[in-house]
Amino acid sequence: MESVSQQSTESAALQATSNRKIRVLIAKPGLDGHDRGAKVVTRGLRDAGMEVIYTGLHQTPDMILEAALQEDVDAIGLSILSGAHTVLFPRIMKLLNENGMDDVLVFAGGIIPPEEVEAIKALGIQAVFGPGTTIEETASFIRKHVRPAAGLGTGGVQ
Amino acid sequence: MSPVPTREVNPAIIELVQRGMNGDRRSLARCITLIENRAPEAPALMHQIYPHTGRAHLLGITGAPGSGKSTLTNELIKEFRKRGHKVGVVAVDPTSTLTGGAVLGDRIRMLENFGDKDVFIRSMATRGQLGGLASMTNDVARVMDAFGKDIVILETVGVGQDEVDVAKAAHTTILVEVPGMGDDIQAIKAGVLEIADMIIINKADREGVEKLQLHLKGMLSLAPRREWQVPILRAIAAQGEGITEVVDSAEKHLTYLKNSGEYEKREKARLRDELLGRIQEEVTRRVLRLETTPGGLQETLDQLELRQLDLDEAAFALYKKSFDI
Repeated sequence: MESVSQQSTESAALQATSNRKIRVLIAKPGLDGHDRGAKVVTRGLRDAGMEVIYTGLHQTPDMILEAALQEDVDAIGLSILSGAHTVLFPRIMKLLNENGMDDVLVFAGGIIPPEEVEAIKALGIQAVFGPGTTIEETASFIRKHVRPAAGLGTGGVQ
Repeated sequence: MSPVPTREVNPAIIELVQRGMNGDRRSLARCITLIENRAPEAPALMHQIYPHTGRAHLLGITGAPGSGKSTLTNELIKEFRKRGHKVGVVAVDPTSTLTGGAVLGDRIRMLENFGDKDVFIRSMATRGQLGGLASMTNDVARVMDAFGKDIVILETVGVGQDEVDVAKAAHTTILVEVPGMGDDIQAIKAGVLEIADMIIINKADREGVEKLQLHLKGMLSLAPRREWQVPILRAIAAQGEGITEVVDSAEKHLTYLKNSGEYEKREKARLRDELLGRIQEEVTRRVLRLETTPGGLQETLDQLELRQLDLDEAAFALYKKSFDI
């Protein structure tokens, strides 16, 4: 289900720094209360060797930004089943950009109509994983596309 | 052969630290990542940070899983903020020994403090370290300290009876107990009860509070006399009850430490511990680089196996070789 142009192999930097773990934030933006999928992905990515931060239901875009910033995550998974992605995803992506966090890999999951996937990817969300996606797919997608070792970066605005 | 960590002035590191000192939260987050990953830049980073540390009050929170450590931490953050302190939190969760992954879920109970720029919460996985904390916890707490946090709360994983590392890392160690978990023989066992500076009976609206308090009091009365009387406080963290008393008591403990000279003593003991640990790490690191060199690790292992050397001889030989002496 992944369809991202660049096909980099597993980042060399990632393997070089053996102490690095990929850190992923799994977030449930908005008001829907369906977190089974988010929890399954959380658990699955843990079993794939990642450190997964789960912050629970009903997160606002600001809360997601703040958690991603403090936890310095390499990737963010947004799970949404309410249809509010059309409103929430642009806000989240805008906040990430404004805070210099455009090196964070963002992917989405849940219930997202196929015809909206293009528009969502145009926001900078790199993949949309619908029902039926395996954990393997998700994990290997993250490994492939995550930023190289979190180095000094450019820091950010306050 | 220059395995000595580089502490050379690295402009990027200096800039990163400067931004952190000025309150940039993203720089703080990035510094923690570098330390946690033991990135090549980490020693230079700590070199910049270290002179600015030693100000914050380090509070350790430990107790069984489900005793309410995260909920209590959330309430403590609020109370310390009311008193005008900036607060950092390091919340530790276990790493799976099978897969190396971890689920870090303590933030979930601390969301109330969202939006407050003077609260910084970071989740850490143990990454194989036993004892209840992550191996780089001390240095992470140091960065928070250097970047202006007055209080740094270290929340342990909360497994087992032996996770006493927190007492070495923190100035004030708070043990959280809950009524109705375990019988009185649990309390007689050594371990976590011995290292508590304060005991909180959380979920104190549950049945069995009196009994638990009595047991704890009994246990403490049998312990070797200490100048500091370990208080047993009751709280219902989920409702915010009893929290002011906990913070009062923690402040009192810090004053006691400072007035009694215990503060310096603990600081020294902690540094000694860490220093010895670093030496061990450094030696191990050097020896591991000799894996395949002639006379190195693998050859020595062969000799050990053939009983041509004993372990002490082998260790000493490798030690000397690793330093070219």
